[in-house]
Amino acid sequence: MSSKVIHALYDDDDVLLKAVKDVREAHQHIEEVYTPFPVHGLEKAMGIAPTRMAITSFIYGLLGLAFATWFLNLIMIQDWPQNIGGKPSFSFAENMPAFIPIMFEMTVFFAAHLMVITFYMRSKIWPFRKAENPDPRTTDDKFLMEVAVADDNEEFLTSLLKKTGAIEITVNEKH
Amino acid sequence: MGHYEAPIREPIIVGDKTYHDISVDVAAPIEGKANTYWKIAFTIALIAMLWGFGAIAYTIGTGIGVWGLNNKINWAWDITNFVWWIGIGHAGTLISAVLLLFRQKWRMGINRSAEAMTIFAVFQAGLFPMIHMGRIWNAFYTLPIPNQLGSLWPNFNSPLLWDVFAISTYLSVSLVFWWTGLLPDFAMIRDRATKPFQKKIYSLVSFGWSGRAKDWQRFEEVSLVLAGLATPLVLSVHTIVSYDFATSVVPGWHSTVYPPYFVAGAVFSGFAMVQTLLLIMRKVSNLEAYITRVHIENMNKVILVTGGIVTVAYMSEFFVGWYTGSSYEDFTYLSWGAATGPYWWAFWALITCNAIIPQLLWVKKIRTNYIWTFIIAIFINIGMWFERFDIIVINLSRGHLPSTWTQFSPTFVDIGIFVGTMGFFFVLFLLYARNFPVIAQAEVKSILKSSGDNFKRERDNPTDVPTPTTPMSKIDETTSAVDDIIEATDLSSDDNDEKTNSLLGSIGTFDKETQQPDDLKKVKGIGPVMEKTLNQIGIYSFDQVSKMTKKEYDLLDSITGSFPGRAERDDWAGQAEKLKS
Repeated sequence: MSSKVIHALYDDDDVLLKAVKDVREAHQHIEEVYTPFPVHGLEKAMGIAPTRMAITSFIYGLLGLAFATWFLNLIMIQDWPQNIGGKPSFSFAENMPAFIPIMFEMTVFFAAHLMVITFYMRSKIWPFRKAENPDPRTTDDKFLMEVAVADDNEEFLTSLLKKTGAIEITVNEKH
Repeated sequence: MGHYEAPIREPIIVGDKTYHDISVDVAAPIEGKANTYWKIAFTIALIAMLWGFGAIAYTIGTGIGVWGLNNKINWAWDITNFVWWIGIGHAGTLISAVLLLFRQKWRMGINRSAEAMTIFAVFQAGLFPMIHMGRIWNAFYTLPIPNQLGSLWPNFNSPLLWDVFAISTYLSVSLVFWWTGLLPDFAMIRDRATKPFQKKIYSLVSFGWSGRAKDWQRFEEVSLVLAGLATPLVLSVHTIVSYDFATSVVPGWHSTVYPPYFVAGAVFSGFAMVQTLLLIMRKVSNLEAYITRVHIENMNKVILVTGGIVTVAYMSEFFVGWYTGSSYEDFTYLSWGAATGPYWWAFWALITCNAIIPQLLWVKKIRTNYIWTFIIAIFINIGMWFERFDIIVINLSRGHLPSTWTQFSPTFVDIGIFVGTMGFFFVLFLLYARNFPVIAQAEVKSILKSSGDNFKRERDNPTDVPTPTTPMSKIDETTSAVDDIIEATDLSSDDNDEKTNSLLGSIGTFDKETQQPDDLKKVKGIGPVMEKTLNQIGIYSFDQVSKMTKKEYDLLDSITGSFPGRAERDDWAGQAEKLKS
């Protein structure tokens, strides 16, 4: 296994999508694709598994709901029950209708923030992190496919990528 | 490939844009210099803000007795302004979240600014309950944290506390939603930046966004889920704000129609503010291609619907007040008593601005006209302020005990704080307009092929001659160019040496010892391979490239043999001239 990768640059999302399919059909391994905007169908063409962000959000939401239920019960029923406007404070169930807004807000708060934090951690994006797109034009209007070079298929890959419509092809050391 | 859109839909990106054009247009206000209008507007906003801060400092130092409140009218401008600002915030979330769930593509031109408006408006809204506490340093009592009073907790039965939770959740979730959407756009600015300081700042705020396929997949799902969460959230926020009134026993406040009516009113006023801001911004920042007549008309339609809901609510309140036959209902804010009483002017300001004037938008000529839209939006902004003023002040001005009947007059502090929040809001918005990508450019690029007018035109009328400016290459066109690059050129022949010398003679040589080579890839049209080729020839700096003319381009073409005419077409010299500075 050599430590080289080929960077093929495309200037059109449809050409890129077709190229990804062609390269996969030729049984070559696509390391990564960098695009300036979400290209629909790309992750499917690359064979990337579906993301589980929505599932994590659901779990975090349940956590928020449980947390709200716990602290409302602790504060309003256990620790310091008060008679406010005649709203019953003898048991959680009786007082619960008045707590629905807070329980809802806490559910949303947990589901949203913890999911976003999970996203940032999983995709490794946070302040002071260095960007890793190999070519600055991939946030503007170019699309870059990174293909791993095996022992001696550099020429084969180059000609394959050429055929798929790449506008620039470079061979780089893996970083 | 999945870019089809029905021909009947009007294009929402006009002016034959390419992906690169979108980057350039969005980056232009950030990379350019502020013009005089911006500086004047910013100065005025800053002065208003400082005046407001002074008024707030005076309030906190002296106590809220410096406001015009009295025994009977103990809530007035502060809560009016609070509800007004929080209502304005609602349009941002509606545009970015609800329209995302409905897959409305036109949201993409305006969602970024609408969300910015939301966040800045909620900042202003949040100020009012805080300073209304009087002793602002005790504001943390609203949070359920142990304090020096022992384990005395806030009252979770109170809608005022629900508000604390609703608004802080709303603000923080909106902020996160906004910033996550900004990451790819900050990254675009970062990768274009030529000044080191700019590059540093945008690297920091873009969190190292690289645009991998997996990142985009997560990004899209996170956006969708956040939209799904933000939609009920935004409805809950104004519902809970309305509970502040609806759960009380004051005639005129104690009304079950309040939650839906408040939400509709909030969206109504928020869209009016979006119109106000964006009609100016599209001109000042040259974004006419992305914020089009279609956007304006669609927003006017939302205004028409929500204004209709609000009007129906007014009528039903008025009718029910009369139908009860209760004399107490005859001085609520929507009653004959209010229409003819001492606050008749506030009553009619509300009816005129909110119920009557927006009906003009039924006329297509008016709702597609920028000037008319702007004027109507201003009226709605005023009308929605009066709605809250009427709800609070008119209802409180008359009570069950006629001897307490009174009126409210604001002091200079009330006025100062209100004007100050407007100043603060515009300070934030103007700074945003100069430093943030104000269009969600990554999203706009993703709909360019389906909704850009050049693409629609070509797809719908394939027999038309396509515009020659469209650079998206087809596969077969590029292959020949690729051959040129790959078999990049043997530069060592004698013939080439001579040409190289004559080329360097006219553009100057580069001294590796004393000079720093530039990143020539920044010139559009020069890729890594071309850069290497240029370096081989002896061209390393922007200075050299900028001196190239037609003669040098031809020489270069004959040396490299690739991309004949490309350097001239892309105007390398002109680009390099700019990059040099």
